[in-house]
Amino acid sequence: MNLRGFYTLLYKELLRFYKVLLQTVIAPVITTLLYLLVFSHALKDHVTVYDHIAYTTFLVPGLVMMTVIQNAFANSSSSLIQSKVTGNIVFVLVTPLSHVEFYLAFLLAAIIRGLVVGLGVFVVACLFVPVPVHNVAILLLFALLGSAFLASLGIIAGIWAEKFDQLAGFQNFFIMPLTFLSGVFYSIHTLPDIWQTLSRFNPFFYMIDGFRYGFFGVSDVNPFYSLCFVGIALVLLAGLTLVMLGRGYKLRN
Amino acid sequence: MSVAIAVNGVHKYFSSLHALKGVDLQINQGEFFGLLGPNGAGKSTLINIIAGLTRADAGSVTVVGHDVVSDYRRARQCLGIVPQELVFDAFFTVREVLQIQAGYFGLGKADNAAWIDELLEALMLTDKADANMRTLSGGMKRRVLVAQALVHKPAVVVLDEPTAGVDVELRQSLWAFISNLHQQGHTIVLTTHYLEEAEALCDRIAILNHGEIIALDSKQGLLNSDLGKGYLLSVTAAAEIDIAQLPETLRDHVRSVDGNHLELELNKDRDSVVAVINTLNGTGIEVIDISTQRADLEDVFVDLIQRQRS
Repeated sequence: MNLRGFYTLLYKELLRFYKVLLQTVIAPVITTLLYLLVFSHALKDHVTVYDHIAYTTFLVPGLVMMTVIQNAFANSSSSLIQSKVTGNIVFVLVTPLSHVEFYLAFLLAAIIRGLVVGLGVFVVACLFVPVPVHNVAILLLFALLGSAFLASLGIIAGIWAEKFDQLAGFQNFFIMPLTFLSGVFYSIHTLPDIWQTLSRFNPFFYMIDGFRYGFFGVSDVNPFYSLCFVGIALVLLAGLTLVMLGRGYKLRN
Repeated sequence: MSVAIAVNGVHKYFSSLHALKGVDLQINQGEFFGLLGPNGAGKSTLINIIAGLTRADAGSVTVVGHDVVSDYRRARQCLGIVPQELVFDAFFTVREVLQIQAGYFGLGKADNAAWIDELLEALMLTDKADANMRTLSGGMKRRVLVAQALVHKPAVVVLDEPTAGVDVELRQSLWAFISNLHQQGHTIVLTTHYLEEAEALCDRIAILNHGEIIALDSKQGLLNSDLGKGYLLSVTAAAEIDIAQLPETLRDHVRSVDGNHLELELNKDRDSVVAVINTLNGTGIEVIDISTQRADLEDVFVDLIQRQRS
């Protein structure tokens, strides 16, 4: 394995988002906190999801996880599409890096960005809202799996898209609806039956529900079931991403 | 002599376009090799296959004996590519770009710091080492591309039109730098549209057209071939020349007549300048000045391409 090559690509990807910290970390933290402010203000007296948990508190884990997964997706997809459109991806493709090293470097960088932004949201949210932590290991596990899933999806989108417009389409017509229909702002038990059924096919729902269990010790579905669903989805997606990279799909003619 | 690059029966299709039609080519270690051809001939496709950026539909390519597909790590370790397009990563400084590129090839900052400094110095980039790539001029970006290709000290360097769009001074300095690399033992493969560049630098030249190699010889071999035996005789007469004055034996050789100037295309094996002057004098044309211009690589190139078209 070209360990130094892998480490360098990871370092480059981290340096890339570090150099535009305002855009990649600070802005998403502020945006998410605005969601928290607006939704909690508007709904705190009208919505009760779990008896012993205030709605504002209920919102925090969902918003943190939403931030984690959106930023993991944004990191890998934007880096790839920029490199492809500007042509500088050639500098990576002519090197002795294998497709597995390429995948792992992009994956890890995206996970790190997702977790950094998520941690930022959590820390700032805690200044205003008390948030209990039931099980750190579980919430970390879901954060890791969720960000890895979206990082892989970001790599796929970045490889598939040939222009920024296509990537924006992927984000707006695929990632955003799945995020907002995942129970960030509500419990799926409050939804009509058909939407409850559809939600059970949405991997984002299991990520957020399992992550929320790590905070409150309660969830819409059994966290072990969520873990299995997210884990299997991640393995399948990682496999697909590796096949695409290994074949050089849309990267090597 | 050991082989730097071996291309064996390479075919490449882009949908219905047969871009490379069974190309065979062998470039020896230490050679300065020119790959010429008109736009769309398949030069960049061939280079991309050598670099692993494009996959051949049939055939194989090795770099210093390593197959570019099955043993790609070692093949790429031996190869430095200067891409044709002026591409760069706008997030980083020149030094960061070089350190990162070296890292991909397994070289740490400490292992390679002196070589990076040497490259920056040789390519006149030292004072721009900490400047962001965005702020560099086109010529400087081109030099960074050359440095990126060399950062891991590859045995074989492929330069895909490295002087396209650069000013004369930079072109001269890049020529000097590349010649120096060649003298140090690097195998150089150069594609260029500037035929005088290939003529000045390359030992051996391949001409590619419509995905086929239509000529492959030493530079001297090409110039001494039938295609290189033509020359141009320019004659200035004391009075205006009328083409009807010329004997039939000369009319076939006329390239142009303009007032008292006449240009004739001759062959150095068949036509003698003295005989032509005597013939002209014999028809009443008083020759007051002559000059000759031998065929250069451009003439050979143009002739070959035209022959293939016809």
